[in-house]
Amino acid sequence: MSVRHALLAFLSEGPKYGLQLRQEFEESTGEIWPLNAGQVYSTLQRLERDDLIESDDRGEEAGPQKMFRITEAGRSELDVWLSTPPDMTEPPRDELVIKVLSALRVPGISVHDVIQVHRRYVVELMQQWTRLKEDEGDLDLTFALVADAELLRLDSIARWLDTADGRLRRAGTEAPSERTGPRIRRRLVARR
Amino acid sequence: MSFLELRRVSKCYGTGAAEVHALVDVDLGVERGSLVAVMGPSGSGKSTLLTIAGSLEEPTSGEVVVDGRSLSAMSRNDKARLRRRTVGYVFQDYNLLGGLTAAENVSLPLELDGIPAKKAHRVGMAALEELGLADRAAHYPDQLSGGERQRVAIARAIVGERSLLLADEPSGALDSVNGDAVMRMVLAACRRGVAAMVVTHDARLASWADRVVFIRDGRIMDQTVPPPTPESLLTGVPASGPRP
Ligand SMILES: Nc1ncnc2c1ncn2[C@@H]1O[C@H](COP(=O)(O)OP(=O)(O)O)[C@@H](O)[C@H]1O
Ligand SMILES: [Mg+2]
Repeated sequence: MSVRHALLAFLSEGPKYGLQLRQEFEESTGEIWPLNAGQVYSTLQRLERDDLIESDDRGEEAGPQKMFRITEAGRSELDVWLSTPPDMTEPPRDELVIKVLSALRVPGISVHDVIQVHRRYVVELMQQWTRLKEDEGDLDLTFALVADAELLRLDSIARWLDTADGRLRRAGTEAPSERTGPRIRRRLVARR
Repeated sequence: MSFLELRRVSKCYGTGAAEVHALVDVDLGVERGSLVAVMGPSGSGKSTLLTIAGSLEEPTSGEVVVDGRSLSAMSRNDKARLRRRTVGYVFQDYNLLGGLTAAENVSLPLELDGIPAKKAHRVGMAALEELGLADRAAHYPDQLSGGERQRVAIARAIVGERSLLLADEPSGALDSVNGDAVMRMVLAACRRGVAAMVVTHDARLASWADRVVFIRDGRIMDQTVPPPTPESLLTGVPASGPRP
């Protein structure tokens, strides 16, 4: 995730002081994306160096009292970033998927039990997000959006676990063929 | 004691080679004021569990106790009264009567219970209002959207101070906004003291519950523990180990 672009987005509303940017960052995303003051100021410094933002006193170090404006280059950088889909062609290295695939090979382990441990954990997290969203989502739109994203992400994990569970039951749970890994890789390479 | 208790409930359909063990030794309690979700894949016995809890079907063995009274000790009449007065049931396919308006559908169980039509209508309208459906009261089911139909079905199930709410996939085909609205209603009923059990395959729906019970091949295999404080979400939750 790009702190740079988030800061550019805040500055696209108008010129702001370093302190103000830091506070806005914390208010809108702080709970889920904690960032220390140093990271904010060092990012501002790099943005200025790259001419994506500017200030009246360029030489001075970025800090709470310094005022920043977005430049034309910064604005077009932001526009391009907003409408460029992040690269999702490679599946992420998903530890959960790896654990389930590994469980298939380990003697004395039931892959269905392993799946259930993860399913329960995911559902427990979803219970907490649902409760939080009900309690606070009305008051805080940003939080509600983040909670939606998190609930849907966790839901897709729960659904994958259910799908894997069902698929393994139908297949009987013998170990997967040795060729599974290379085959997946080959197909993805072919697609790109 | 829980308001609803299932004790070693089993259910077999068919005999011999065609025998299906839809439920096997299910123990489950639902307290007043709490929402329990039973989560499992298709064919795991969820609907069977719900129909038995609602006295719409008899278990093959085991006992169902509602508000301290065992269903097996009740006469047919007693059970019919229990279904009218105590149990609100939301079926998987809503089951609104097509020839009745939304308001008539909601007040029907009250009228069946001998409450004068006028009063039943008033109570029904109040329930519809609470669910944001006052302006749909005179509509027939085929004039309502899926989300509205489902909310009417829930209004019908909670109208008249019934204390046990049983719902089968209550947000089944709904989008997430309507699904959330339906579950918010169910949870609100719980917070007024209703004991509620929802069965579903859907983790998002289940996540509304105070407790989620996992069912597989007719057996309860696991359940969630009550969520810790919300703060733990923001500070990182330790992975939970296997639970017996
Ligand atoms: N009336 C019935 N006669 C025979 N088998 C049934 C009957 N009702 C359900 N079953 C079987 O019992 C099992 C559980 O069904 P059900 O409770 O409907 O599951 P779910 O609601 O979780 O999909 C399934 O194998 C189903 O085929
Ligand atoms: Mg069912």
